[in-house]
Amino acid sequence: MKDLFKVSTRTIVATGLGAAIFTLLFMYVKVPSPIPETSFQTAYGLGAFFATLFGPIAGALIAFIGHALSDAIQYGSPWWSWVIASGVAGFVFGFAFKRTKVELGEFKGKDILTFNIIQVIGNVIAWVIVAPVLDILIYSEPVNLVFTQGITAAIMNSVSAGVIGTLLLIAYAATRTKKGSLSKE
Amino acid sequence: MEKQAVIEFQNFSFQYYSQAEPTLHDINLKIYPGEKILIVGPSGSGKSTIGHCLNGLIPFSYQGEIKGSLKINGLETKNLDIFRLSKMVGTVLQDSDGQFVGLTAGEDIAFALENDNIPHTEMHARVGKVAEMVDMQNWLTSSPFELSGGQKQRTSLAGVMIDDVDILLFDEPLANLDPATGKTAIEIIDDIHQASQKTIVIIEHRLEDVLHRPIDRVIVLEEGRIIADMNTHDLVSSTILKETGIREPLYVTALKYAGVRVTSDTLPGHITTLNTDLSRQALTTWHKTIIKQDWRNTNPSILKMEHVYFSYDGKRQILDDISFDIREGEMVSIVGKNGAGKSTLSKLLCGFEKEDRGTIYYRGEDIKDKTIKERAEIIGLVMQNPNQMISKPMIYDEVALGLRLRNVPEDEIAERIEKVLKICGLLPFRNWPISALSYGQKKRVTIAAILVLNPKILILDEPTAGQDFRHYTEIMEFLVEINKLGITIILITHDMHLMLEYTPRAIVLAGGRIIADTAASVVLTDSQVIAEANLKETSLFHLAQLAGISDGTAFVQGFIDYERELKDR
Amino acid sequence: MTVKAKLFSYNLLDTPIHELSGLTKLICFLLLTFAVMFSYDIRVILAVMVFSFIVLKISRIKFSQIRLMVIYVLIFLVTNAVISFFFSPEEGVKIYGTRHNLVAIYGGMYITWEQIFYQVTKFFKYGSVIPLGIIFLLTTNPSEFASSLNRIKVNYKAAFAVALTLRYFPDVQREYRDISLAQQARGLDLSHKAKFKDRFKNALMIIIPLIFSTLDRIELISNAMDLRGFAKNKTRTWYTTRRMNRKDFIALAISALIFISTILISVFINHGRFYNPFI
Repeated sequence: MKDLFKVSTRTIVATGLGAAIFTLLFMYVKVPSPIPETSFQTAYGLGAFFATLFGPIAGALIAFIGHALSDAIQYGSPWWSWVIASGVAGFVFGFAFKRTKVELGEFKGKDILTFNIIQVIGNVIAWVIVAPVLDILIYSEPVNLVFTQGITAAIMNSVSAGVIGTLLLIAYAATRTKKGSLSKE
Repeated sequence: MEKQAVIEFQNFSFQYYSQAEPTLHDINLKIYPGEKILIVGPSGSGKSTIGHCLNGLIPFSYQGEIKGSLKINGLETKNLDIFRLSKMVGTVLQDSDGQFVGLTAGEDIAFALENDNIPHTEMHARVGKVAEMVDMQNWLTSSPFELSGGQKQRTSLAGVMIDDVDILLFDEPLANLDPATGKTAIEIIDDIHQASQKTIVIIEHRLEDVLHRPIDRVIVLEEGRIIADMNTHDLVSSTILKETGIREPLYVTALKYAGVRVTSDTLPGHITTLNTDLSRQALTTWHKTIIKQDWRNTNPSILKMEHVYFSYDGKRQILDDISFDIREGEMVSIVGKNGAGKSTLSKLLCGFEKEDRGTIYYRGEDIKDKTIKERAEIIGLVMQNPNQMISKPMIYDEVALGLRLRNVPEDEIAERIEKVLKICGLLPFRNWPISALSYGQKKRVTIAAILVLNPKILILDEPTAGQDFRHYTEIMEFLVEINKLGITIILITHDMHLMLEYTPRAIVLAGGRIIADTAASVVLTDSQVIAEANLKETSLFHLAQLAGISDGTAFVQGFIDYERELKDR
Repeated sequence: MTVKAKLFSYNLLDTPIHELSGLTKLICFLLLTFAVMFSYDIRVILAVMVFSFIVLKISRIKFSQIRLMVIYVLIFLVTNAVISFFFSPEEGVKIYGTRHNLVAIYGGMYITWEQIFYQVTKFFKYGSVIPLGIIFLLTTNPSEFASSLNRIKVNYKAAFAVALTLRYFPDVQREYRDISLAQQARGLDLSHKAKFKDRFKNALMIIIPLIFSTLDRIELISNAMDLRGFAKNKTRTWYTTRRMNRKDFIALAISALIFISTILISVFINHGRFYNPFI
């Protein structure tokens, strides 16, 4: 259990580079949804993927730094309430770390289920609890507004983390298959 | 009393946990203080693994089973951690971009000191001093994007020298450098060796380039065993290089073609030490017997640029009045230093960027209005790193991608894929996951994925970067095969061997202009072009001078013609 | 080559704001941001906003540098205002506890003075952090950022992760552009024209190569860092740390004063976070 929070140099590097990709996807790679004017943030799929490979600390920092940085580039300043919520989501995603067999080259059935349950929990905590509460505390936003926004975000980001995250993990598992038995021809 | 070795391997073996077999077998090697050692070997021979053992990445980052002993400065490395080892062995990694972790050169040089909690003032003083040793003192506030490859490497070097290590380890220092910068890198390493008397270990497969400056001993590795440990003259005169698939220096090849027996008493290890008293006659005679071939291609034009100009910001001209004409079935290389405009040129051809002025013709037709997707059916671009193109887990799906996106019916797709996989020698792997392939095979997959769209022209960016001689030959011979099928090939490259051996014609860019468009032999013997494009004079030219052959360019061209004839036979 | 050499258009100018150390600017930014995030008093918010516009002027930031950001923010604020009203037209009444109807709209609904006051305050509350952020971003050398974070007691490993993000973002951006173009050449359609079920797949055609080539780099970079002793001690020093001088202390004092005044105004004058002109 304490392994979950172990931070090695690799974790830090993965965090730095992961946050760079998160920032980029957050700004440029959105998948338009069938509902007009809304889109899926592929960044959360990436966040969930990195969190599963590198743990909660990396997950939290990637989403936090990535969201803050892309806000700063686009708006001039981070919107703290949502940036913090992103960090919380990434943190919870990280509980999938070492709970799946993805590093051993397997990511099917039960692993997919585990990963998705964790990511949905993460998204719900972040967007239905943390973000709305902070919005109310800081900005006194109308309660019904922030919860509507929060629920929408939770659904959208769960879909994104679910689809993109799952597919990325499957692709990653495929690259691990052959390890452990390499021999020269 | 016997001198104490600074590095001592004793019956040392190592096996990665992920591998079924040991990567290093029974290594016995002593390196003495102040020696300058070169370790060569084909990929997979275990030469990088030796490097990892020396600097402590094994077992710190890569776990495995160690047998025998490795002592550095008399201390058993098994009992040291990576941090203590890093105070004795400084490593300059092959990818100077990856090693550059600071936002500026100064920060990067200071990195090790920061981790040691060195106070601010002392840190700045030490960084300033080391920066001067590698001539980077005026670039300390520059970001890696403002620095050239050579400057980045010098920054890395300063970053490890700042700890005053006893041993400097260079892991493929030439891999990402253009020829002129590579030459300078070897000179800097030698200068530091002379000045500091540090022990130097260079791991590299580009033998001739390293031998630009003296080396005390060369260690040859094959399949994880040391098969030779000798001085350069003995090595070059032996058959070991041929047997292990390491490219021998070109001038040695030329001597052999001329029927000269290369022996160590003629000091053939470096072109500068080579004694040609006895070989002059043979070289001159051989040179005269070569039948001249005409490299000029007179087919109709397939791709033509006329007075093309391009700039990203409207201020700095990236391409400045570019005109050339490439003919059907040609194999051409485009060379020039980083930032000369090579990649921009290929981006214009593919339609990724639009020229400001000028026209691009495909078979006489202006292609201005063709979209990226339409151009891809004429001109295919293969990126340098195959991992940047591969997005599907299975070979078949990866190759099918472009066709599926064009809504080609599945049965036609199957047919076309079968054909292209056959050409690329991938048919037996059709249903393999791509992750199971080697780098060279992955490269083939990306080429297949482009070829399946039936382009008439193929542009490849550094197709052989980082490959050893065997893989290099494999990839290039494959491209020759494709070329013979009638596909025109444009290679963007730094590799002078590649130019000499495979592309009769070279277009040289410098500062956004074409400064030469002629035979590779002319380019590599013209000192002005060489200087402007960061190339290096080929050692063949030097050999011609030594042999008293006045027309060096003709000698180089003769060598190319001779080789081609050998191949065609 | 299109890739900007630095992440933000930070450029070294000779202004009093640029001369401040990164640490000072970070602390000032946080103090002032927290002040306007805490206070719901339009007088305080406007005062901070005027102050930050003056600082913006001093640091010679040109409008052209921030035009795009301003547009984005305005779109966000206007959307937020409309949605807010739509969801809760009585929010102002709830907050301030009085009702002053301005105009009747539909079915017994009114636009109230309270609602307008609430929404205007909120508009500026959101808006006031923008100039602060812009000043911080455009006048702080990115190299100083990580060391400043570490000096306000952020764990140095986390601070270094931020430095790595800033270091490698331009690389990632360039790689993304190259990959995206290469995949478009193979026929990838990124527009809305693609069918919905294909859109995720299409995005993955770019994301997968981007991530997998990055994973290779992670190993390389962490090896390079291990070899130079990263994380061997509990603390580390920073090459880019700047010594604090008198100007830094003045800036810190001003920001602290503003922050404390905000708190005091809330406690002693407004008796809460809200300023209520209606009673």
